[in-house]
Amino acid sequence: MDLFEYQAKELFKKHGVPVSLGEVADTPEQAQAIAEKLGGVTVVKAQVKIGGRGKAGGVKVAKTPEEAKAHAEAILGMDIKGHTVHRVLVDPGADIKQEYYVSYLLDRSNRTFLALASYEGGMEIEQLAVERPEALARVPVDASKGVDLATAREIATAGKFPAELVEPVADILVKLWDVFVEQDATLVEVNPLARVGSGQILALDGKVSLDANADFRQPGNEALEDKAAANPLEAKAKEKGLNYVKLDGPTASVGIIGNGAGLVMSTLDVVAYAGEKHGNVKPANFLDIGGGASAEVMANGLDVILGDPAVKSVFVNVFGGITACDAVANGIVGALTTLGAEANKPLVVRLDGNNVDEGRRILAEYAHPLVTVVGTMDEAADKAAELANAGA
Amino acid sequence: MAIFLDENSKIIVQGITGGEGTKHTKRMLASGAKVVGGVNARKAGTKVDFDGTVLPVFGSVEEAIKETGANVSVGFVPPAFTKDSVIEAVDAEIPLTVVITEGVPVHDTAVFWAYAQGKKTRIIGPNCPGIISPGKSNAGIIPADIAGPGKIGLVSKSGTLTYQMMYELRDFGFSTAIGIGGDPIIGTTHIDALEAFQNDPETEAIVMIGEIGGDAEERAAAYIKANVTKPVVGYVAGFTAPEGKTMGHAGAIVSGSSGTAAAKKEALEAAGVKVGKTPSETARLMRELLS
Repeated sequence: MDLFEYQAKELFKKHGVPVSLGEVADTPEQAQAIAEKLGGVTVVKAQVKIGGRGKAGGVKVAKTPEEAKAHAEAILGMDIKGHTVHRVLVDPGADIKQEYYVSYLLDRSNRTFLALASYEGGMEIEQLAVERPEALARVPVDASKGVDLATAREIATAGKFPAELVEPVADILVKLWDVFVEQDATLVEVNPLARVGSGQILALDGKVSLDANADFRQPGNEALEDKAAANPLEAKAKEKGLNYVKLDGPTASVGIIGNGAGLVMSTLDVVAYAGEKHGNVKPANFLDIGGGASAEVMANGLDVILGDPAVKSVFVNVFGGITACDAVANGIVGALTTLGAEANKPLVVRLDGNNVDEGRRILAEYAHPLVTVVGTMDEAADKAAELANAGA
Repeated sequence: MAIFLDENSKIIVQGITGGEGTKHTKRMLASGAKVVGGVNARKAGTKVDFDGTVLPVFGSVEEAIKETGANVSVGFVPPAFTKDSVIEAVDAEIPLTVVITEGVPVHDTAVFWAYAQGKKTRIIGPNCPGIISPGKSNAGIIPADIAGPGKIGLVSKSGTLTYQMMYELRDFGFSTAIGIGGDPIIGTTHIDALEAFQNDPETEAIVMIGEIGGDAEERAAAYIKANVTKPVVGYVAGFTAPEGKTMGHAGAIVSGSSGTAAAKKEALEAAGVKVGKTPSETARLMRELLS
């Protein structure tokens, strides 16, 4: 889960990292009130989970509370790379003398964590990495040891911070490591970390991504979720404990249900290929019902997918590995019986693997008018694409 | 021969008394695997009957090894306790530990992986279906009845795609099929499996299945080009996955322009690997190679 800037900086603050942090506003009036309270120059910043908001006009300096209100008016509702701005952060203005960059991230290739640091901040880090790689230190962090003050000094020194800044930057790096570990983050980034007129070093911006696998021991994570922005179908699926991702597109009309993340990803691809021959229809969602594929889970899955107005046909693709196909077939029958008249779109079912003959027999006997059983994954994808195209 | 797991493998199950542990211990035993006991500190000294096979429960991996001569452990321990259970297995110097558990925080995996460096234990997983050398042994949850022994080696990030591919090529059979898991950090990689298959006289050809996220497939492609002389057929899932969305597996995510299926396919093809567009086309490519 990616966090908004204000949430990231609130976490920083909690862990003792010096930040420049005002308050968030949902309306221009609130923005004005916050600017009045802060006094002086303020910065109105779009809260979106995507980079490049400054260039898009989502960050504006305000000299007066009235100006903060006007900026908030312009920024709220703005679309930044497909993300609508619902909230702005009004921060106190900072007298920036110099900008730096620091981050911790998960380094999948080396199966460890990585600290990045640069004395030369103020530009897009991807750009710095390409144009001046020597200015960006990449220091591997041993996950079993972590970052203590000595390691933090090494990181700051490698990032070419001058001697007088190594100590204050190292102190911040240790605290950011606490954020990284204690919040189970996969990314903690400060860009820019800035030295301001008073000589203080502050996190002016913050980016944090949290590991969903750690939700069980991070009770605070739920409150950080952006429930308002969630796709309603995704929200409904989540409520039912389903692993569902809505896919957008004008011809995304084949609903997908499968078991196992890899097989479902593969199913999406196979449907997209098949769609090339049928009006370019594409998969409408990812839904992994897991190994069990019980009647209840199948019914919940079908319920979510049939509730998607974009869906014109549904492809159920199950390989009976641990679960036998007869159990899966009974799941489909149970689901269709439960849903009754709500099951109103054609269903193409492909079953293979453990006890497949019995599974197919059960579906043949049930003889639901909307269900077509097809022998192979490729043929079934073709049939589902054809039906979606016909229903469009 | 097979890789990592063979007829001499003696398996203990960490978390043997839990629901998943019980279910899959029964299945492993039914498939002929030599499961010799389990570990659960709170139930040490008890015995559990698995459809007629009575197995002892030990207080620690170390004790289980001492009493049974076990050389493989399979873990069905809940995510909150997985890190400690893997470290326990590493400390006991078990040669192979297979971590089935899904949902392990990546900070925990990073820690136990770092801990295991320079020690004697190979880790497979987490979030994986395990490993099967058909006709010899079976450590994990891969159904033993999909395919028998044969000459294909299979390595995959995904469980169900492993099953699917084994099913498609069941007439050829497999030396070993290994599911390495879909998490951002895993123990055994594609490269580790490719190296072992290259050195395994029983394996004649290799199927490698990847998916979006990270750069493991690109690295594997470079490894194949430099080191693998046996024919390799590949498949990559997730061409239609949107950027920034996690597709079921914690590691299956396209970030910006990195981790895409297209880049992985391209890298594999540049290394001389034939890459199928669908699982069945991939199976067809392998058939053509072997016939």
